Amino acid sequence: MTTTLKSVDAVVIGLGWTGSILSMELASSGLSVVALERGAYRDTSPDWTYPRAADELKYGIRGELFQRLSKDTVTIRHAIDGTAVPYRQLNAFLLPNNVGGAGVHWNGQHYRPSPEDLKFYSHNVERYGAKFLPEDMTIQDYDVTYDELEPYLDQFERLCGTSGQAGNIGGKIIAGGNPFEGPRSRGYPTPPLPDTEGALRFAAAAKQLGYSPFPQPAANCSQPWTNPYGVRLGPCNLCGYCERYGCYLYSKASPQTTILPALLQKSNFEMRTHSTVTKINMSADGKRATGVTYVDAAGREVIQPADLVILSSFQINNVRLLLLSGIGKPYDPRTGTGVIGKNFAYQMMSESALFFDKDAAINPFIGAGAGGQQIIDEFNADHFDHAPHGFVGGGYILGGTTGGRPLQQLNVPPGTPAWGAKWKKAAKETYLHSTRVQTHASVMSYRDAYVDLDPTYRNALGQPLARITFDWHENEYRMTRFVTDRALEIVAKMNPKSHTVTMRRPGDRFNTRQYQTTHITGGAITGANPQTSAVNRYCQSWDVSNLFVFGASAFPQNLGYNPTGLIGGLTYMGAHAIREQYLKSPGPLVSA
Amino acid sequence: MPDKKILKNRRLFLQQALAAVPGITLLGMTGHQSLFASTAWAAPGQQTPYRPTFFTATEWMFINAAADRLIPSNEDGPGAVELGVPEFIDRQMESGYGHGEFWYMSGPFVTDVDFTLGYQLQFTPREFYRAAIADIDQACVNMHGHVFAGLDAATQDSVLEKLQAGALTLAHIAKPAEFFIQLLANTKEGYFSDPMYGGNRHMGSWKMIGFPGARADFADWMLQPGRVYPLGPVSIQGEKA
Repeated sequence: MTTTLKSVDAVVIGLGWTGSILSMELASSGLSVVALERGAYRDTSPDWTYPRAADELKYGIRGELFQRLSKDTVTIRHAIDGTAVPYRQLNAFLLPNNVGGAGVHWNGQHYRPSPEDLKFYSHNVERYGAKFLPEDMTIQDYDVTYDELEPYLDQFERLCGTSGQAGNIGGKIIAGGNPFEGPRSRGYPTPPLPDTEGALRFAAAAKQLGYSPFPQPAANCSQPWTNPYGVRLGPCNLCGYCERYGCYLYSKASPQTTILPALLQKSNFEMRTHSTVTKINMSADGKRATGVTYVDAAGREVIQPADLVILSSFQINNVRLLLLSGIGKPYDPRTGTGVIGKNFAYQMMSESALFFDKDAAINPFIGAGAGGQQIIDEFNADHFDHAPHGFVGGGYILGGTTGGRPLQQLNVPPGTPAWGAKWKKAAKETYLHSTRVQTHASVMSYRDAYVDLDPTYRNALGQPLARITFDWHENEYRMTRFVTDRALEIVAKMNPKSHTVTMRRPGDRFNTRQYQTTHITGGAITGANPQTSAVNRYCQSWDVSNLFVFGASAFPQNLGYNPTGLIGGLTYMGAHAIREQYLKSPGPLVSA
Repeated sequence: MPDKKILKNRRLFLQQALAAVPGITLLGMTGHQSLFASTAWAAPGQQTPYRPTFFTATEWMFINAAADRLIPSNEDGPGAVELGVPEFIDRQMESGYGHGEFWYMSGPFVTDVDFTLGYQLQFTPREFYRAAIADIDQACVNMHGHVFAGLDAATQDSVLEKLQAGALTLAHIAKPAEFFIQLLANTKEGYFSDPMYGGNRHMGSWKMIGFPGARADFADWMLQPGRVYPLGPVSIQGEKA
């Protein structure tokens, strides 16, 4: 039997970064808000206090904070004529779960997009000509400029207490920061964390090559910070347990450390955990969302009516719920029509582990998820002339370590076997004297990379899994070769005894066993045209004006930076439009 | 420190015990099980010998022998067996992980897909050990006349190399190399994870490489890059070294 509850002003689906921001902003406007979170409530205390937080097996390997794939996962195939198989073990990308979502276990690598990232199609066509883009590449523009987004990118940095060194304030280039960043209205809330030894060696080599290294912007606070909601963060101590872990120090920005303490005090906000939304319900004419249906902790089906529906779950779950609810036209890769599921993208990394002499005390175990590392941005976005190279996009190059946890972060020199006496000897001799250099790069969108519903496999509730169709394309092989070569020039200048190279080469398939990033994007993309995008510039559904869809599902293609800063900016821009425009006059915020 | 004598004696004991049982076949293993059922092994320095909960006596012999080859004990530092890796793996088999709670385990299971699409077998970690050890031991008997634990070190290494390369045919396992991936991963997990899980006894592996374990506080050290970190590891339960 299905229970129908009393209607609320707004229902929020998923209580991670975007759901927490929307809950806070809408509750602050006086709306009654119910947030439905399929996972459990968790907080710094008691869930990840010291020393239990420093448990590599539990968090790093078993993935305590992630979605249990036994209950729900995705299927993956390389091509549209292939058979997808389930993603049975978490490897390539991590799927979040529980209150706080991926905002709990991210590294805090907190970037803004480059101005051209938001106009990536028109910018590239203007500079290189339409023929420069491969025929099957389907990149698009955001319908927002960097300058329009800047106040909201800034707002998200203030929320997080992000540490960093500005490189461009109001058009003035500032030494020590990123000279390629768009103009900022002001600097970072807190100064950069100290550099680790590996980062210092990287920066010195990069400078010798004429580059402008700068500290990685980090949502790892370097000083005490009280954010605009009155929530306080404390300084990071480079403990070395960041990505995949909850922060025991209240230093890494997460919904728990920046929003929830204020939000949970609001009497017009209610959080319901263990509540899995199975459908967004629609009016008979298909033009309005009437609320959601969810399954509660006891397995009962519940209908929560609402005037406003905020879809704020993880990227792939946003897309699946739209498909399951029949909202928007599903994307068809054969005709290139439809929008839901369109333009799935990922990112492409490469990595080099460097091994130095025994007198080099690298201490790789000292590290934050983002702070303490150095970056160069010369080969990201369109910061360089792509014309001679035959590809678009790029990535930043990063030096330093986020930690030295031995199961996941111990490297051995090239040619070392994976086990046996030689492996052990290499591990012993090189661990303390090793660091790494990585590239973190964009992936464009393509006609044949998309999300739909799997015809075979189902989750624990009996619903179809999302099916991802994705593989690498020539543009990305060229891109990673070029950016990795630049990284390897820096590696050579660092003069290690030996180094490894891990990169994707032409012909390599997308490998679901190798972790790269958790940054899967697209499927409910933002744009200026309802024929080619699912949501408008405010992340409002073109088809259903009282539905907003927030998160990386909105990215028309994936940029070289980590996505959270851009997600935060888009979310605050949408929240502002809801508060200032939509609530006064509900309806489409952009005319189609 | 690793007690080489004990390790050597263990191997000798194992080999003698196996040699004493004629005609080692899968059926013959029942004999081993009864032979070893009362034989629990104590890692050096451990007072009460650990008795496996999940693994049978025959499987326990395999786990010990394989872990001993994957991370052997020698002058560089402790090996997997002396750090309690077999105990770690046995205990993991009783955890949610061992029962497959972290993996999507619904069918259909399509095994003839590209390696890059990930693990596609129907086995949970427990089931995988149960099925694969029996098959590997049978393959060893067929090829070398003894189960894996009864072979000399060089032959054991060659069997593991074949398994790793996917070149060892197993009767009931579509992708034998997948078992090697699990076995090596679990062995390294037991070697490097916190001692509270039963492996990495007295933080032996952390001491060997110089990892400070659960210290997780470098507020005073992050301003001194390039200096040798002076402190030994601590464990989650407060053991210091």
